Amino acid sequence: MSEITPEVVAHLADLARIALTDDEIQKLTGELGSIVDNVAKVSEVATPDVPATSHPIPLSNVTRADVPGETLTPAQALAGAPEHASDRFKVSAILGEEQ
Amino acid sequence: MARAELMDYDKALELYEPVLGFEVHVELSTRTKMFSDAPNPAFGENHGADPNTQITPVDLGLPGSLPVVNETAVQYSISLGLALGCSIAESSRFARKNYFYPDLAKNYQISQFDEPIAFEGSVEVELEDGTQFTIPIERAHMEEDAGKLTHVGGATGRIQGAEYSLVDYNRAGVPLVEIVTKPIFGAEGRAPEVGKAYVATIRDIVRALGISEARMERGNLRCDANVSLRPRGQEKLGTRTETKNVNSMRSVERAVRYEIQRQAAILAKGGTITQETRHWHEDTGTTSPGRPKSDADDYRYFPEPDLLPVQPSAELIEQLRAALPEAPVVRRRRLLEEWGFTELEFRDVKNSGLLVEIEETVAAGVAPAQARKWWTGEIARIANTKGAEPAELISPAAVAEVVALVDDGTLNDKLARQVIEGVIEGEGTAAEVVEKRGLKLVSDDGPLIAAIDEALAAQPDVLEKIRDGKVQAAGAVIGAVMKAMKGQADAARVRELVLERAQA
Repeated sequence: MSEITPEVVAHLADLARIALTDDEIQKLTGELGSIVDNVAKVSEVATPDVPATSHPIPLSNVTRADVPGETLTPAQALAGAPEHASDRFKVSAILGEEQ
Repeated sequence: MARAELMDYDKALELYEPVLGFEVHVELSTRTKMFSDAPNPAFGENHGADPNTQITPVDLGLPGSLPVVNETAVQYSISLGLALGCSIAESSRFARKNYFYPDLAKNYQISQFDEPIAFEGSVEVELEDGTQFTIPIERAHMEEDAGKLTHVGGATGRIQGAEYSLVDYNRAGVPLVEIVTKPIFGAEGRAPEVGKAYVATIRDIVRALGISEARMERGNLRCDANVSLRPRGQEKLGTRTETKNVNSMRSVERAVRYEIQRQAAILAKGGTITQETRHWHEDTGTTSPGRPKSDADDYRYFPEPDLLPVQPSAELIEQLRAALPEAPVVRRRRLLEEWGFTELEFRDVKNSGLLVEIEETVAAGVAPAQARKWWTGEIARIANTKGAEPAELISPAAVAEVVALVDDGTLNDKLARQVIEGVIEGEGTAAEVVEKRGLKLVSDDGPLIAAIDEALAAQPDVLEKIRDGKVQAAGAVIGAVMKAMKGQADAARVRELVLERAQA
């Protein structure tokens, strides 16, 4: 069984700054739980001699040369922003601390 | 905590042992960013650009964009790891550090977690009196910097009470190396000094490697200081606080000292230290609590699926190792010995930041004392009035040319100062400035003797005084001659001639 509990969902919602109602938490607990259970099926076929991997193809060292390319103009950069001011993205005041 | 409530520093050390730890972020001065080909604002000429002009879709995390690792940034990181005495990972990978804050548009920072590029090293630092101290290094990992927020409304740009914030993503994606120490034991009462010396050493190392401009006032080098105290005789480590963004060497020293005194006062009253991040206030020299270290640190790290592992070849690592400059502490000891300066003179040179210039000037054939005199004297003075760095004004080779002209008697110091000024103003080489400004010393005795005769005629009693043994009386004549010759005379030669005349 999955380890997704209502507390875990509430905690994740808090980290993601999403306000959820109790009903939504209950619903998501079930849905996330079944997703995790399904993904967990992979471990049934994985044996201890199969190393964990983040990529299906064994590639490494894909890099680029340190040469500047084209940049966006501020107008392009801000085109998708809900709000902007003085060529900067405008966001609501964040409670909490600077990272 | 008000200053009056702090425990006396010596008393705090009597009761508790301080244990330190540092996280230093170094912005690499590559031409482009860590994962995009946008110009890197931490690369000299790119500094100070208008907001949101140094970004690509990758830096904004726009759909469809993919990060690609900057090859030079990887090499710089390996070089730094090697200079810190670290092992370089055969295979290293990136991870997503998830958090929700608008300084990055992606909702995560690309960092490294369980497989950093460099691990397990140590670095020697030297305190001001020459005492050496070893700082154990846990790891150095690659990551990207975040954008800059300006808080609008509320009091003076502070986050509390702000109405909204404006974000400039130019800094988002700047290549960073974060260097993390292991717990540092045994610094005792010198803990604040050790912190300062450590940050200074990191700055010296990255400058010598040429991988960062390391200007703390620009945020190229940023330090978080961890401090904990444990009662004398106790094995278990105390609870630590992490003071963020202590961004000058002096502040590192002050912040460590403050935290020792603050924590000691709480512990002595039977209180407990809250594990938290704290903010440093430069103006008051105090720290204040930030967010507690709990939920907020739940970063849900996982391997970055958009990037492939970095697996540097043994050849590359050895090639970078062979190219490492001498360690700053070793270099300082060698130069101190070679140049024969006193500790105080040497410290002045070190603090002036002109070690490299003086070293190159000496290599160009100038006596160390002369090189020191010109760089820390006239050149530093002109740089100061211009608000520039001495090294930007004149090359070590040009300084060597001027000093050579003093050595061969063409110039005296006063004229040499004018030549230096001429070279800095772009009037040509030292020889050309001498020619154009007509600054040569008069080497022919004829005009000197004529000027001496004139001066003696005006001050007839001088020769008499000299004959009576009052040699210092010659000074008045020498001064008059130098004035008449507009400074272009060798004062020592004038003196000789005046004394000869008195004996005649």
